[in-house]
Amino acid sequence: MVTAKINGKEIQVPKGTTILEAAELAGYKIPRLCYLKEINEIGACRVCMVEIEGKKNLVAACNNMIEEGMSILTNSPKVQAARKMNVELILSEHDYRCATCVRNGNCNLQDLAKDYNIIDIPFKTVIERQAWDPQLPLIRDGGKCIKCMRCVQVCEKIQTMNIWDIAGTGKRTGVGTADMKPLAETDCAYCGQCITHCPTGALRERDDTEKVMDAIKDPDKIVIVQIAPAVRAAWGEHFGLSRDQATVGRMVAAARQIGFDYIFDTDFSADLTIMEEANELLERLSKGETKEMPMFTSCCPGWVRFMKTQYPQDTDCLSTAKSPQQMFGAIAKTYYANILEVEPDQIFCVSIMPCTAKKYECAVPQVNDSGAKADVDIALTTREFVRMLRTAQVNAATLEEEDFDEPLGLGTGAGVIFGATGGVMEAALRSAVYFATGKNPRADEFTIVRGQEGIREASVEINGITVRAAVASGLGNARKLMERIHNKEAHYDFVEIMACPGGCAGGGGQPIHDGQELAGARGRRLYAIDQACELRFSHENPAIVRVYDKFLEKPLSPKAHTLLHTRQADWEL
Amino acid sequence: MTEDRAASTTKTMVQEFQQRIVASPPGVCPVDLQLAFLKVCHAQSCGKCVPCRVGLGQLEFLLEEVMNNRGTMETLDLIESTARNIEASADCAIGFDAARIVLQGLEGFRDDFISHVTNKRCLGAFEQPIPCVDRCPAHVDIPGYIALTGAGHFEDAVRLIRKDNPFPTACALICEHPCEEHCRRNMLDSSINIRGLKRSAVDGADLTSIPVPEKMPSTGKKVAIVGGGPSGLTAAYFLQLMGHQCTVFEEKPKLGGMLRYGIPNYRFPRERLQEDLDYILATGVEVKHGVRIGRDVTLEELEKDYDAVYIAIGAQTDKNFDIEGADSENVISAVNLLRDVGLEKEIDFTGKKVAVIGGGNVAMDCARTAVRANAETVSIVYRRQEKDMTASPVEVRGAVEEGVELYTLQAPLRVEADENGRAAALWAQPQISGLYDRNGRPKSNKANKEPVRIPADIILVAIGQEIESEYFEECGIATKWKRIVTDESGRVSGREGIFSGGDCVSGPATVIKAIAAGKVAAANIDEYLGFHHEISVDVEIPEPLMNDKLPSGRIHLTEREASERRNDFLGIENCMSREETVQEAARCLRCDHYGCGVLRGGRELSW
Repeated sequence: MVTAKINGKEIQVPKGTTILEAAELAGYKIPRLCYLKEINEIGACRVCMVEIEGKKNLVAACNNMIEEGMSILTNSPKVQAARKMNVELILSEHDYRCATCVRNGNCNLQDLAKDYNIIDIPFKTVIERQAWDPQLPLIRDGGKCIKCMRCVQVCEKIQTMNIWDIAGTGKRTGVGTADMKPLAETDCAYCGQCITHCPTGALRERDDTEKVMDAIKDPDKIVIVQIAPAVRAAWGEHFGLSRDQATVGRMVAAARQIGFDYIFDTDFSADLTIMEEANELLERLSKGETKEMPMFTSCCPGWVRFMKTQYPQDTDCLSTAKSPQQMFGAIAKTYYANILEVEPDQIFCVSIMPCTAKKYECAVPQVNDSGAKADVDIALTTREFVRMLRTAQVNAATLEEEDFDEPLGLGTGAGVIFGATGGVMEAALRSAVYFATGKNPRADEFTIVRGQEGIREASVEINGITVRAAVASGLGNARKLMERIHNKEAHYDFVEIMACPGGCAGGGGQPIHDGQELAGARGRRLYAIDQACELRFSHENPAIVRVYDKFLEKPLSPKAHTLLHTRQADWEL
Repeated sequence: MTEDRAASTTKTMVQEFQQRIVASPPGVCPVDLQLAFLKVCHAQSCGKCVPCRVGLGQLEFLLEEVMNNRGTMETLDLIESTARNIEASADCAIGFDAARIVLQGLEGFRDDFISHVTNKRCLGAFEQPIPCVDRCPAHVDIPGYIALTGAGHFEDAVRLIRKDNPFPTACALICEHPCEEHCRRNMLDSSINIRGLKRSAVDGADLTSIPVPEKMPSTGKKVAIVGGGPSGLTAAYFLQLMGHQCTVFEEKPKLGGMLRYGIPNYRFPRERLQEDLDYILATGVEVKHGVRIGRDVTLEELEKDYDAVYIAIGAQTDKNFDIEGADSENVISAVNLLRDVGLEKEIDFTGKKVAVIGGGNVAMDCARTAVRANAETVSIVYRRQEKDMTASPVEVRGAVEEGVELYTLQAPLRVEADENGRAAALWAQPQISGLYDRNGRPKSNKANKEPVRIPADIILVAIGQEIESEYFEECGIATKWKRIVTDESGRVSGREGIFSGGDCVSGPATVIKAIAAGKVAAANIDEYLGFHHEISVDVEIPEPLMNDKLPSGRIHLTEREASERRNDFLGIENCMSREETVQEAARCLRCDHYGCGVLRGGRELSW
């Protein structure tokens, strides 16, 4: 333990505690901008400066350890002046037209400018302008980049993709793509983790809300929306809704206010995915196809892109089942178009996803099989959805709860947990046991695959056969797992991988809370919803039973193959 | 009064400016640096003449355009023609030399210019942002071991060094410490005495208490190492840790290569060399002494019996010394003299006048060995000026202190022999220092003076070493100027499984470069054998001190008094005291933590 003083208050903290953390324990929050615990402790912004009594120069609190006998002032006039001027300097290269920024109201820099009463800055403003392809799912605005390097670090340390790198030197030092390639030519998985860790609006998703509103305005279009499982765990965060208020029913009611014609649930197509994928797993197991390499889940397009760029030789080990988003689109523009008795092209299919890579996925030509221009026309992130709700002046707290529309709005608890890491695996195992034995396991039989550890392993029995399973989330963990498999240090039959740490709950399209990782908490909400569901097995979803009865015949049927399966190796990058 | 103050402050600023340039960090964009330099040149302009007053300013604008990614290839052409005009038409050096430097850059780092035009980006890489680690060929974790040494954790410091370099003691005593060149401390006062602190670590550590790192499981692979010098033994050490069984083939009776047979005991006492060797051998390296590849064993046999071969034969023979009388008795090559010293033969020059030809460290070693062998006089005969000597200034000063005389600007002409064919004198042609050669050293030209006679009974020739690569050439291995040709990974071109490195590839160089080559070879041989073992060490690096960074004197290592040390072959250099070590270590600016080093965690934990 170390005994020290912070603002005159004596504290005792373990050795190796940073000044920033020690101060927090003592009740003083030190402002910070570039700091991200364990990911970016580089003292670059110089906002977290503190004074150590007896020392000439100020010290960054984020990456210096508190020492025995130190007396620290977190808010002395010298400290305040330094922080204020450093924020002014940052602003001198920042495009602070906050009113038009996607992070307006959710920006550390903006808060700091307010806290430090910065009304005018004494410096010349010089803003970097960087050309960027506006069609990419991921948009970078160099004029808003404060060179905190978080994106570089997250991409390198968490995702091991190294897409971003420091570019330039001296006064021109900034962030660019590694190896001088345009982003579209890099291996970027479009996971969006750089976006959710950006302290300003320098990184964001391509905003597609206008296109959706144009479709809603078009009287000839039937605009349907599917809402992904993880969205329900996060959509209310920026409305300040409590967990009890931010219900699924209220989310549906809110979405209806935007003007969508039908509100459906991606849980439905998650159940459909399970029908196909669980049967595919059993088929691959029975054919002995998992002897060398496992079958990998394929619902995460970030992971699919990772596989295609990092381990292209293994791409055919991905389940051929399309993701729930794409299965939904394929069914909506065939089966559901038939029900409505309209042409597929009359349906405008929107998805709301916790994800930025879904924007890429829905635009892949090879994944569109309904015969319409696209199976899913637009994929929006949770954040875009929230922005649309604001535009529609939705007062979410006061809305009456409403139900999803039929028949594509019916989902089970198994579909809900798709939004948490391990959920696809668990849902698939629930149904696989049924398909293999004709009997349901307990719904909570496979909770062993839950958790927030980056890599988890389990052995489960299906009809007397041991299935070795592994779950990983975050691309760094995915890479570790792939290396283990390749080095023959581990062997699995079935592997679930999600590109974002914690799965879709922590997705790159989710609401941003600076410095907080909310995947665990959101995941728990999804498990609670599952727990409360009457239906917890995908194969028991009556809407699913009906769609096979009336349309698809049975899992893995030729029709199912045409509409619900894909070969990811053929996808354009 | 104020004028004096302004003048002295300006003078100080100019000095500090020089120091600052010395400490230029790695990875700086050369175009940006050139632009900054150009601004300095322009500030120096008196403004009288057009090319300098206006032209340098226009060059600045053009370079700004390039740096701001608005330049085109035509901009580069205009920069060139403008600079050529300034060079050709400026009145004084302020103008024409500034232009020359721009032209030099336009040619020397053209790729950087072009990258700004085509990629709109700097080429600058950010891979190793810590100046000392960047400059160390073996990339030893210098801030790490300095902190450990300062904290008194000597064994940990040595273990940390060994992660990258199994010769901590050798490098503590005789490394040329390129790490110190760009030390950021130069901005404040002068570089950290890095080698001196390493000496404190190895001297302070109980080396015998450090266990050999746990070896990785045996791979069943066998690697032959040809040559038991620093490069071969480094490769052997790391490969052994990776689980491959290494056999070192060494022609001489003892290990160490040039560390033993090239560097005299007073600089590197043999018992200290043994510290490194014992540790390396404790990994289970097998050694076959008295075996020369090509004489006792063929390369083919090695290829047959081993999974990979590393050729690290060094540069073990002399350059041809071809002047009249060179074959006289008592004309001795440096290599032979120092080899005999290494073989612990008695050398006695009592009553002899010794002349040493050459200006490198080996010449100094010969001269100082001759002093210790009780020579009556020792002189160094060198064709250029003292400041052009390649020997380190410390070595030159040490030799002079011990009574060695320098005959500079004297080109050896012929050896005069007595009637018995023994050397009697060295005749030399006085030289005049002339135009610079390509390497930036003034050429020495024949002066209009008569040759001088330097009486000498013994002439030691230290004009460089050569590689004995003929056998390998006969085996079909490509060589160039007797150097073995390899690719960047140390693979011998066209010969599967054969690697080479160290002096026999680079030509005579430093110990640390040989060690670095051995490290690179170990990684690439491991890869070649189908593995990807990682070498790491579990050492906790102390947190950086939060001391105010005030200018403070560098602690230099002291030596035994010249009058005393010249009489024996015992080590001459003294270690720092504990007090000095703590103070010197505290000067370290910890670029692993402060500055951009922290971005990638400050260190490579494994390789």
